[in-house]
Amino acid sequence: MKISITVTLKEDVLDPQGKVVKQTLINMGYQNIENVRQGKHFEIEINEKDKKRAEIISQEICKKLLANTIIENYTINFKE
Amino acid sequence: MKSAVIVFPGSNCDRDVAVALEKFQIKNKMVWHDEVNLPKCDLVVLPGGFSYGDYLRTGCIASKSKIIESIVEHGKKGGLILGICNGFQILIETGLLPGVLLRNKKLKFLSRNVFLKVVNTNNKFCSNYKKKDIIKLPIAHNEGNYFASTDLIKKLENENLVAFKYCDKDGKIENDSNPNGSSNNIAGILNEKKNILGMMPHPERLIEPILSGDDGSILFTSLLKS
Repeated sequence: MKISITVTLKEDVLDPQGKVVKQTLINMGYQNIENVRQGKHFEIEINEKDKKRAEIISQEICKKLLANTIIENYTINFKE
Repeated sequence: MKSAVIVFPGSNCDRDVAVALEKFQIKNKMVWHDEVNLPKCDLVVLPGGFSYGDYLRTGCIASKSKIIESIVEHGKKGGLILGICNGFQILIETGLLPGVLLRNKKLKFLSRNVFLKVVNTNNKFCSNYKKKDIIKLPIAHNEGNYFASTDLIKKLENENLVAFKYCDKDGKIENDSNPNGSSNNIAGILNEKKNILGMMPHPERLIEPILSGDDGSILFTSLLKS
């Protein structure tokens, strides 16, 4: 089973990279850019047919490794 | 000869390269990235460092600076441009040089002296290396792994656009002498007109014998001839 996981900083946490990207886009002439948040994207293949089991594993790896839940949120998407 | 060193937030080799240029009587001006026009100069230097903290991709944010447009113009008119380390990364993000610089193969920041073979001495940056084409220069980078499509690498090789290759002390270009995993051991490349050079090693750091060598100074004396 293929899953994709996106990890982003929580709304209240300062994201300096996102801010610089936003400012650069505005400098390039994209005046209507209002906000940019930068995050991480993971494509993961799990040898698991049961969607519920895969969901539990995904939750676990997010909490244990991929995200720091004090400052980061994560979303899990199942691809097939 | 006149030069302009461009300073970005996070540049840290700007003053080193200015000292090197002045040592060889090249009249230098420091130019802040936010300027629109370049001062009258023959050579533009993009220095090493960590412009914008390497946000997004190394050199990426700096390549969108205000001053870049006039640097591209300068290059189009045949003016000399030298990008060292982060400067090389900026040249690549600007599109003035082809390819891409990936993370070092072993994922480690590398800071040490390496041996280089000067592959092309037929350009304004390297002409004085004809007498000495195996040199020692320091590298200090995390993203110096030069990568490009097989076709582009072939083109660079066939058209003699590779300036420097990593080698061992006898000039042998082998896998063992490749510090960062670069395709074909490439350490520096030229554009087609050979007026733009991007290189990962730091020539400005070895210009005095007392600092363990002066192989870097040959690059600056070559420039003086041009």
